[in-house]
Amino acid sequence: MTTVTLAHARLPAWAPGLVGVMALAAAGLPAMLLDWDVVAWAVVSLFLFLVGLPAWSLAVENRRAAVDRLMTGLVWSSFGIAVLPLIWLIYVVVREGLQAISMEFLTYSMRGVTGDEQGGVYHALIGTLLITTAATLISVPIGVLTAIYLIEYGGNSRLARWITFLVDVMTGIPSIVAGLFALALVVLFFGPAYRMGLGGSIALSLLMIPTVVRSSEEMFRLVPMDLREAAYALGVPKWRTILKVVVPTAIGGVITGVVLAISRVIGETAPLLVVAGATDGVNFNLFDGRMTTLPVFIYSQYAQSTPAGYQRAWGGALVLIAIVMVLNLGARLIGKLLTPKKA
Amino acid sequence: MTATFSPPEAEPSQKATSRRGDRVFAGLARTAGVLILLALAAVFIFLAAEGWNGLNAPEATYRPATDFLGYIGPLVLSTILAASIAVIVAVPFAIGIALFISHYAPRRIAVPMAYVVDLLAAVPSVVFGLWGGRYLAGFLQPAQVWMAEHLSFLPFFQPPPTPNGRSLFTAGIVLAIMILPIVTAISREVFAQTPRLHEEAALALGATRWEMIRYSVFPYARSGMVSAVMLGLGRALGETMAVAMVLAVSPVATLNVVGVAAPATIASNIALNYKEATPSRQSLLIATGLVLFAVTFVVNFLARWIVGRGERKQARA
Repeated sequence: MTTVTLAHARLPAWAPGLVGVMALAAAGLPAMLLDWDVVAWAVVSLFLFLVGLPAWSLAVENRRAAVDRLMTGLVWSSFGIAVLPLIWLIYVVVREGLQAISMEFLTYSMRGVTGDEQGGVYHALIGTLLITTAATLISVPIGVLTAIYLIEYGGNSRLARWITFLVDVMTGIPSIVAGLFALALVVLFFGPAYRMGLGGSIALSLLMIPTVVRSSEEMFRLVPMDLREAAYALGVPKWRTILKVVVPTAIGGVITGVVLAISRVIGETAPLLVVAGATDGVNFNLFDGRMTTLPVFIYSQYAQSTPAGYQRAWGGALVLIAIVMVLNLGARLIGKLLTPKKA
Repeated sequence: MTATFSPPEAEPSQKATSRRGDRVFAGLARTAGVLILLALAAVFIFLAAEGWNGLNAPEATYRPATDFLGYIGPLVLSTILAASIAVIVAVPFAIGIALFISHYAPRRIAVPMAYVVDLLAAVPSVVFGLWGGRYLAGFLQPAQVWMAEHLSFLPFFQPPPTPNGRSLFTAGIVLAIMILPIVTAISREVFAQTPRLHEEAALALGATRWEMIRYSVFPYARSGMVSAVMLGLGRALGETMAVAMVLAVSPVATLNVVGVAAPATIASNIALNYKEATPSRQSLLIATGLVLFAVTFVVNFLARWIVGRGERKQARA
């Protein structure tokens, strides 16, 4: 007589933990005897875990459950492995950068600095500030107005569909191509040897506009139709409805999007290297002469391949990362503070 | 919709200004949109106008090659190799992370983790280059020695291996880390859009979690995943600084990704050579930039088109 069971054997809930500890221990023995480093130990333990748990599952449960456990293990470990570079990178930048940073580093330029003298990033900070501000001034009006067109006027017209599509395509333009475009533009009007900071702003705004359009568009779309209709019903013309009702409602999200876009382009190196060039001194004039930004400073110090150069590069990297992170967190904070409260 | 009922006593002049205001504002908004299209066209036109001379310049311009194809050939090969390594390494991880965030992680962990991956996207490329050149290259060097010894039956892994790790392989790994966030973000979005009912139906039929993902999530997300990979590929093809700072450059075309040196990629070649640019050399660099732009444009165009098609299909279904 056969009995039909609906439930089959399952591994206990603590099985993954047990296998994990055993894998660590099993790999730890040769690791200690043969003097492996931590990385090798971790890799071997992970491998043992990914083999051991499915094998046990195959013996006790069935093939399908074993595959499921293998995949769960792979998904978790892919995540763990992918986070490592970020942690490593931040750790290295902070450790190396802190040695380079001082008051002098932040307030001196590189003019006349030779050999192992300290020197600093002041000129690069000024350049970054000016070029990024100009880029923002160019791209925000164009980006936000385009978003308004797409949401309020474009509807489903052919032009609107093409703009939406090409803006998406534009997000993938390599930054160096934007730089070459600005270079070609400057060269065409001012001659082949001319360099200016504004060229860098043009290149950056080409990279910034798609991000601004997409984020503002999403925000305007979230504004409830009722608000617009209420304004129309009061006899308010459409353009005043947009300026007084739609934009103020969405302003938090729009600003967040703009700040995130700034934080993305502030780290761009290649286009500025090509069109704004590099210089050791401070340049306040966007329309004339080479202008160094922080990323270009990092690159040119790195390219010197000297210990002092590397140290300055790390210092610059720490300042740049700090700026980017502050902008990122600030953007999210602004978004939280300015979003209209939900009823 | 714009037709508003105006009370008879409203001043006609006020009506006129509001209509003019509407026209002006609508015109401004449309102009901004058209301006973007014009800018995109201008990129093509200016690059073509300035790069044209680079296609048939005096022979000396193309040093060490003698014509345009000879100059750009090795660059194209390196670009494809580095981008392929990046995509091959990044895609499995990206899909793993996306699944982790959308289907495996408890919600409490998933939200901050998504944020951490976004942070990876916020790190500037020059910092990746600095880290890649100073730390990652040295870390990966032993692995490349091993590959050159044991996998030398493949043309990609030939001895002598790189002495300092600054090879195409390392550059590809750095690119992989850099494209991880975009591939993850898009895959995550399409995974999260799988209809809840499909997933619950699969689970109710006794599927394990992996079977549920394989038979209900993946088929639904296929076109989204393809375009995520292509967008990642577009990024990897065009990324400049990380490659310029990691790779040891030589002019000789090679398939060997763990070798001592390899030609630069198209993008990094521009960054490395812009300084010594004479006018004819400058046009040559712009011409290679035009090639890069055309290739990435096509890749991105196809990727977005596939996404759009997937969305339209789902809208009909």
